[in-house]
Amino acid sequence: MPILQIKNLHKKFTLHAQNGAVLNVLNGINLQVKAGEIAALCGPSGAGKSSLLKAIYGTYRIDDGDIKIKTTKQKTINIAKAEPRQIMNLRRDVIGYVSQFLRVIPRIGALDIVAEPAIMQGMSPDQAHSIALDLLDQLRIPQKLHNLSPLTFSGGEQQRVNIARAMAAPRPLMLFDEPTASLDPQNRQTVLELIAQLRDQGTAILGIFHDPADRNFLQARDIHLSAVKEPEHV
Amino acid sequence: MNQPLFSVTNLSKKFGKTIACDDISFDLWPGEILGIVGESGSGKTTLLRSIAGLIKPDQATISYQGKNNKLLNIDQMDEPKLRHLQRTEWAFVHQHPRDGLRMNVSAGANIGERLMANGWRHYDDIRKEAIKWLEAVEIDAKRIDDLPRTFSGGMQQRLQIARNLVTNPRLIFMDEPTGGLDVSVQARLLDLLRGLVRDLGLSAIIVTHDLAVARLLSNRLMVMKDGQVIEHGLTDQVLEDPQAAYSQLLVSSILQV
Repeated sequence: MPILQIKNLHKKFTLHAQNGAVLNVLNGINLQVKAGEIAALCGPSGAGKSSLLKAIYGTYRIDDGDIKIKTTKQKTINIAKAEPRQIMNLRRDVIGYVSQFLRVIPRIGALDIVAEPAIMQGMSPDQAHSIALDLLDQLRIPQKLHNLSPLTFSGGEQQRVNIARAMAAPRPLMLFDEPTASLDPQNRQTVLELIAQLRDQGTAILGIFHDPADRNFLQARDIHLSAVKEPEHV
Repeated sequence: MNQPLFSVTNLSKKFGKTIACDDISFDLWPGEILGIVGESGSGKTTLLRSIAGLIKPDQATISYQGKNNKLLNIDQMDEPKLRHLQRTEWAFVHQHPRDGLRMNVSAGANIGERLMANGWRHYDDIRKEAIKWLEAVEIDAKRIDDLPRTFSGGMQQRLQIARNLVTNPRLIFMDEPTGGLDVSVQARLLDLLRGLVRDLGLSAIIVTHDLAVARLLSNRLMVMKDGQVIEHGLTDQVLEDPQAAYSQLLVSSILQV
């Protein structure tokens, strides 16, 4: 059984402020991702790639269809029907999501932010901090920045902090939304290598990688999403 | 734990003809932080005060999983028992520090008083614990003998939080804890609150009209309007994929910086 299995997934947005305009974002998606595999979502801007990642992570509610996740206990949970606290537990232990934006409380230092998800999984703070330190080094975040809030960092540095945070607590299913988008070539290579490492350790990975060279390096299996239909009025 | 920590069923409260809370039900699970958002007059503060036992709802079944796994029926509890629970296992942080502090006794006494109510007797221990908590909320220990009215608003709010957390509560109710504070002070308080909640394993119910505060602090959100819960879900679900017309309006009204 794959770690992620999606069947006939539908998602629409109803915009009440615009006379109930309906935006059909996902129309009958079927896909699966196995352990130790990288799948890449492809398609034009607006095809619903990011929306699909958000639906899997439980951020977007689902209108129809199933998103089944194999949990650590050899059971499956259907995100489409899960309770909020089940989704919270899944996020801690099973699904990791690296968005394009870092969203953190002001004043907390980068090192603590990176270590936090690992501590939530039950790792000792000392061990989590040493892993966090190692990842920040690998991703070339200078030591003098480690105790500063990443809200003051550049876009590329914030993205690397975001990636380090996910890597410090790898979960069986990892979702990446353009993880290399604002990185210089050197850091881009490091991030791709870290993602490939996760795959080799048996992680199931679903991501959006715009650059074909990235997908090539990762030996990703392409999954094509077609463009979204025009809004319909009801 | 397979039981909610706190469970509210069919809570209603009227003031004269005005319906403040209309048939509200929800569960809070251990370790969860639930945010209640909505504009002024939506009934969120009435809901908070009703479930925390500060006012009596017209109708409600409220149960709480106490220490030692004892299921307590809050709606049927007698006054002394409820007061005891409020002083020991629960805490309530008011929007205005003056409602939650005693302004005419020192900062140290504000904290120490709670400890004494919980059976602490030795002056030195109490003072030591008070200093520890002042430092935890980032108030200079030198201010221990000063009156709260000599403190700034942000310091008063932090003192109120220290006074509430010193007894190691399991459930904390907060009414607009960062309302009326400067933005820089707000960030500091949010950081502090989140750290305390995580480190102490608290559960919390927080009323706020500030969606940014709700986003950073809470795991789950309930949106209230005209006394009803019109939407609830994970915080990111409600903020990024709001379903109800009113929630969409609320979310789209957030000012971007």
